[in-house]
Amino acid sequence: MSIVLSNISKQFGAFKALDSISLDIAEGELVALLGPSGCGKTTLLRIIAGLEQADSGEVHLQGDNVTQQPVKNRQIGFVFQHYALFRHMTVFDNIAFGLRVKPRKERLSETVIHKKVHDLLNLVQLDWLHDRFPEQLSGGQRQRIALARALAVEPSVLLLDEPFGALDASVRKDLRLWLRHLHHELNVTSIFVTHDQEEAMEVASQIVVLNHGRIEQKGSPSQIYDRPANDFVSRFIGHTNIFDLAHDDAGWLKTLGLVATNPNDRIAHVRPHHIIVEKPTSAEAPTIVLQDWQHLGATIRLELNPDGRKAPESTIYAEMPNDRFHELALNRGDRVAMKVKQAHWFSVTA
Amino acid sequence: MPQSNIMPGFRPTMGFTLFYLALIVLIPLSAMLLKTLRLSWEQFVAVLTHARVIASFKISFGTALLAATIAAVLGFIIAWTLVRYPFPGKKLFDALIDLPFALPTAVAGIVLATLYEPRGWIGKVVMEVTGVQIAYKPLGIVVALIFIGLPFVVRTVEPVLQELDTAMEEAAASLGASRWQTFLKVILPNLLPATITGFALAFARGVGEYGSVIFIAGNMPYVSEVVPLLIITKLEQYDYTGATAIGLAMLIVSFLLLLLINSLQSWLRRRGGQL
Repeated sequence: MSIVLSNISKQFGAFKALDSISLDIAEGELVALLGPSGCGKTTLLRIIAGLEQADSGEVHLQGDNVTQQPVKNRQIGFVFQHYALFRHMTVFDNIAFGLRVKPRKERLSETVIHKKVHDLLNLVQLDWLHDRFPEQLSGGQRQRIALARALAVEPSVLLLDEPFGALDASVRKDLRLWLRHLHHELNVTSIFVTHDQEEAMEVASQIVVLNHGRIEQKGSPSQIYDRPANDFVSRFIGHTNIFDLAHDDAGWLKTLGLVATNPNDRIAHVRPHHIIVEKPTSAEAPTIVLQDWQHLGATIRLELNPDGRKAPESTIYAEMPNDRFHELALNRGDRVAMKVKQAHWFSVTA
Repeated sequence: MPQSNIMPGFRPTMGFTLFYLALIVLIPLSAMLLKTLRLSWEQFVAVLTHARVIASFKISFGTALLAATIAAVLGFIIAWTLVRYPFPGKKLFDALIDLPFALPTAVAGIVLATLYEPRGWIGKVVMEVTGVQIAYKPLGIVVALIFIGLPFVVRTVEPVLQELDTAMEEAAASLGASRWQTFLKVILPNLLPATITGFALAFARGVGEYGSVIFIAGNMPYVSEVVPLLIITKLEQYDYTGATAIGLAMLIVSFLLLLLINSLQSWLRRRGGQL
């Protein structure tokens, strides 16, 4: 185990930021700490780094208890949301910083440092910018330089705090893939914080979902998406339709195929792509109206309204492939039939 | 001129700038120059090379440089404390910094002299512990000039420090830098240009300071007599050309020193990529 956290708690005044967090992260993983803002994910990352002290609990990195160690002794690389590049230094000097501040007997010669910095610059594909100052770079370039700077000291753990948070959408998409490939190449245990579930799914090998300072679920992207541990995770990861059996007075949910197997189950979460929409076959089927649809690229999102329920919260979202939608040749206002292929059931917790 | 700028008003603002410069700076200065020109070159040199004049120049510039240096260090520490740490009474303390700006300098001089004279509250203690007399010595001038110059440094460093991203310091620590290395390599280079500006302001103010200095300096010719006092003395003796000659020399030396400080500063900024 590369990173072991046991019973980490942290309080800011009356606010409980982290509530007894325990977490094991294996060597070489790329882990996303995912959660809504204020869930404690950045605080947890900063505690692992040593930039913040936990009120209680222990942090072990590579088997060593580093709870009492300051950040400079923890052998970590930290990448900040707003880059935190040294603005008075060139790109080259920024990356060389960690190598030049080493104690004299461990310090490499300037020629070795020179070679190493240029290797890192090539790794992040920005060698041509070595003599620029941070202010002359774009956001995406700055973040890659910040990453190169963190990697220069060969950290045993790489920690990234919302690394793509300040970038625009297209740069963010490129950098996500790039980060994954880089991780594949270097294989250094990494944790990044994000509030974007899509980003977590796309980049991470393991996702830790946090809410109100507690871990809701830990698992691979598939486990999190296909088998959410509770209704928070299900709602937070991807889009979902929520059906409550208590509100099913007419019993029409049963006709959609929503039948609980466990007597305690009451809330059903249904992913949009688990709803099958077809042309109505019989007159008795419950009337459902196709209110609107949007083109999302490869899929079409349908907004369905059960007849007589016009309130926006009763809208059901379904998704189907583009081709299928064209085959059905549906129009706005058409009556349709729908069937639920799969649902996640949750009991109501008081 | 084609209208390429978003903000109009080049002509009125430039006009005002030139008018102001002429009225307040250039005309008085050229009047001074003209007055000095009544002296022959030999007379001019004779006035300036008088031993008492040279001594006062050494004292004025020496004490101003020393005081500005000390004020730069102390002001830096005060600005750091005010920006970085919360403590009770911070707002009050912050307001106190500007007091030397508002206080009549003569009042400051009298207060400082009373405190630092050999029988004064502070002067007595210093005298007993180290045997050094502060007031009525060049050291007294330094004390007065530190008092006058300190707010310049604090007020120039403070806003820059407020804007300094603390994440840079965290980044330095995460890369293995000690606190001392972080201070020397990250914090100081970012604050140095502002500190030098504060130093230059404190120095310029100190060289010309009259009111507070004369009460604490003792004003002994050759020992603790500053240039502004010498000018006043000349004026009182109706030696107007002599006074303007000294004034002109002082102006030139100050201007050259400030030019030097400014170019040092812009070199620092250029090196730090802040242009």
